[in-house]
Amino acid sequence: MARGIKDKVAILGMGCSKFGERWDSGAEELMLEAYKECISDAGIDAKQLNAAWFSTAIDEVHVGKSGIPLSTTLRLPNIPVTHVENMCASGTEAFRGACYAVASGAADFALALGVEKLKDTGYGGLPGGRGGPLQALWSANGTAPGNFAQLATAYMAAHGVSGEDLKKAIGHVSWKSHQNGAKNPKAHLQKAVEMDTILNAPMIASPLGLFDCCGVSDGAAAAIVTTPEIAKSLGKHDIVSVKALQLSVSNGSESGHNSWDGSYFHTTRIASKKAYEEAGIKDPRSEVSMFEVHDCFSVTELVTMEDLHISETGKGWKDVLDGFYDADGKIPCQIDGGLKCFGHPIGASGLRMLYEMYLQLQGRAGKRQLKDPRIGMTHNLGGAPRENVSSVAIVGRFE
Amino acid sequence: MVGIVAYGAYVPRLRLSRQAVYDANKWFAGGLRGLAKGERSMANWDEDSITMAVEASRDCLTSHKAEDVRSLYFASTTHPFKDRQNAGVIGTALSIEQNLLASDVGGSQKAGTSALIAGLNASRNGGGPALVAAADKRMARVASSNELNYGDGAAALLCGTENVIAKLVGHHSVSMDFVDHFRGDEAEFDYGWEERWIRDEGYSKIVPPAIKAALEACKLKGGDVTHFIMPSLMPAVPKQMAKLCGIGEGAVRDLLGANLGDTGAAHALVMLVDALETAKAGDRIMVVAFGQGVDVLVFEVTAENAKLPKRKGLSGWMARRKEEKNYMKFLAFNEMLPIEKGMRAEFDKKTALSVLWRKRDMIYGLVGGKCKVCGTVQFPRSQVCVNPNCHAVDSQEPYAMAGLEASVMSFTADSLTYSPDPPAYYGMITFPEGGRFMADFTDSDKEQVKVGTKMRMTFRIRDNDTMRGGFKRYFWKAAPV
Repeated sequence: MARGIKDKVAILGMGCSKFGERWDSGAEELMLEAYKECISDAGIDAKQLNAAWFSTAIDEVHVGKSGIPLSTTLRLPNIPVTHVENMCASGTEAFRGACYAVASGAADFALALGVEKLKDTGYGGLPGGRGGPLQALWSANGTAPGNFAQLATAYMAAHGVSGEDLKKAIGHVSWKSHQNGAKNPKAHLQKAVEMDTILNAPMIASPLGLFDCCGVSDGAAAAIVTTPEIAKSLGKHDIVSVKALQLSVSNGSESGHNSWDGSYFHTTRIASKKAYEEAGIKDPRSEVSMFEVHDCFSVTELVTMEDLHISETGKGWKDVLDGFYDADGKIPCQIDGGLKCFGHPIGASGLRMLYEMYLQLQGRAGKRQLKDPRIGMTHNLGGAPRENVSSVAIVGRFE
Repeated sequence: MVGIVAYGAYVPRLRLSRQAVYDANKWFAGGLRGLAKGERSMANWDEDSITMAVEASRDCLTSHKAEDVRSLYFASTTHPFKDRQNAGVIGTALSIEQNLLASDVGGSQKAGTSALIAGLNASRNGGGPALVAAADKRMARVASSNELNYGDGAAALLCGTENVIAKLVGHHSVSMDFVDHFRGDEAEFDYGWEERWIRDEGYSKIVPPAIKAALEACKLKGGDVTHFIMPSLMPAVPKQMAKLCGIGEGAVRDLLGANLGDTGAAHALVMLVDALETAKAGDRIMVVAFGQGVDVLVFEVTAENAKLPKRKGLSGWMARRKEEKNYMKFLAFNEMLPIEKGMRAEFDKKTALSVLWRKRDMIYGLVGGKCKVCGTVQFPRSQVCVNPNCHAVDSQEPYAMAGLEASVMSFTADSLTYSPDPPAYYGMITFPEGGRFMADFTDSDKEQVKVGTKMRMTFRIRDNDTMRGGFKRYFWKAAPV
């Protein structure tokens, strides 16, 4: 294993727009909203930025290609801007680029900004019709909920979990996120919801109902990173540093080889293991203080907590029902409401997860503030269970 | 000796209740009451004459190798393409391209029999085995008698000279422009003349002389015919024709109207398959098809018929049945109802024809790969083996998967994606030999689809590119066995 970047990079500032159906804003306004907060939090001038990474996943429905939309919107000082796309994991990808630039010494100050403006398509759900001219000829005409619903059917079959138990467990996942989201003024959905409402909601893609699916939102989030030394020299206290950044990408074995049973994320198991190693974490269940994971669908979160090696394989649903991941549980998960309630503007989501970890570690999370968190972990997934990009970031107090 | 060496058929699973059609339309067309009984076959939204012909051909080739076929005739009056060989699509779906003469036959209700005569003659003249497929999916106006009388279906017959199950005794044709009905190239529906005129001036004056000429050529008498096959939308006509030619009333075959309907250009061959399924050695079968003339064929069943390996056949496909009482669904499937499809139906379906050509064995033949190094079967075939413990490069040989049974690993019923028949069922299917892919399901119900359900691959319409005049994208879907 490579040496890694543990404690080589510090988060100097972060910003996040209000997420939601932002009929008032285009991608440009959202970018600026996140950036203004971020640069003011960092306390530097735009002229000091050496490089930027810009993430959007479905750029064809809003900003278009390249790094130009970011550079133009922010009037950046003609620095390198790299447009990154790794599906729903794009936000973490932008962060990774910026961190690596700082860790390598190529940049002292690097910006990562992700945005997605989804609500200009005229219909609900994610825009469809991607994949290229060959895939269009053979792969099922599916949707995101349809792909992730299959995680539920395979999980039930693999572990002998009844439909009723699973529905209750994934219902609890969403119930908990709604409880948390209600305390977050930037969240898309800020309303607590009763379990009965969740369980009896209309079916989107069986067994996933309406409340098993996350919000389709507009929003942007940003981070400026530097080295811990520079951060200190700028007079920063409570420095949050990057402990690990890992990414694992499917190579077709899940979708094409019969060794995978459909009940777990092969990539997440690999990425999280590498991340714990990079961060020097031996027992994540006792060492990680909080999680923001990719709960695009309730069942994704449930299975992910197993693949992050927190819950035992096949037993995650019991931890969920025990309240292990609730705000007052052993390891709170989605304390900001998660994708479920904070919302899921694709290119921004990975950065939004880090934003919450950053606020929590600095004790700035308002009504949602957890008691003395030390290590926060984000998990940002792109694609479908059978073929995906799984990225994991661990951040913590720089000590 | 030339004749038929194998047969197959296909009937869509859905059977539309005629009572349901009548109930919806009786306010307007009360005169249809007499037809409001039984059911007609109804193609699923993803079926057309090509997909049905592929299924019938696969059924026919249960006992024979597709690669031995040297000519392929596809008869229909509803070929999905006016200019793009429809038979060629069937050939590619059956993975036969090389050494194949493919031809579309159409334009008349006797297209099926004309194609059969062509196939038999090709085979007799040293042309090798000839596959004759016929299918029709005709549209009819709302509240018309045709809407109730028509059915969707297909038949396929393999012509050859070895192990003949029904030898050709003789055939005779006459061709004349008697326009009982027509469908112009600007019309979706048939336009027909008065039935009494068709019966008295058409059938009665054109058919008996043709039958008599055929009998004479075969040195047979009417009484020698064991099975008399003659499709007609007028049920009394075949009996009248038989009587006029000295053919016993008991020989006149059922028109299959009660549960199937008239399958157009395919119907004479559908009825022939029906007869062959139970015919005994020595039985003589006369097939008559009427449409701007007459084709008459006479066969004699041989002892080989009893030895033909089992297949679904017409009876098997007829037994696979689901009643459909929702007439609105029938109209929507046939684009007869401007139903609100939502914006997700607007996604562009443009097909890159160059990609389709490069990958035609994969897309139309469902041909995957098998790694020569580790033996792993995979779909699609790729340059680097998918087995995580192998990853050999350029190691795969083509591996045909259309005939393999798969099972459901995971699935969903998706109400978000656009489907003409929501919710859309799809899921990961795995083949026990190896290989898997995310497949659309068809002919599926909630009760049938579970993890572990056995699935059969079936050739279907995947998308219809209506922006470009209706380019149908075909691919394989999984249907419960």
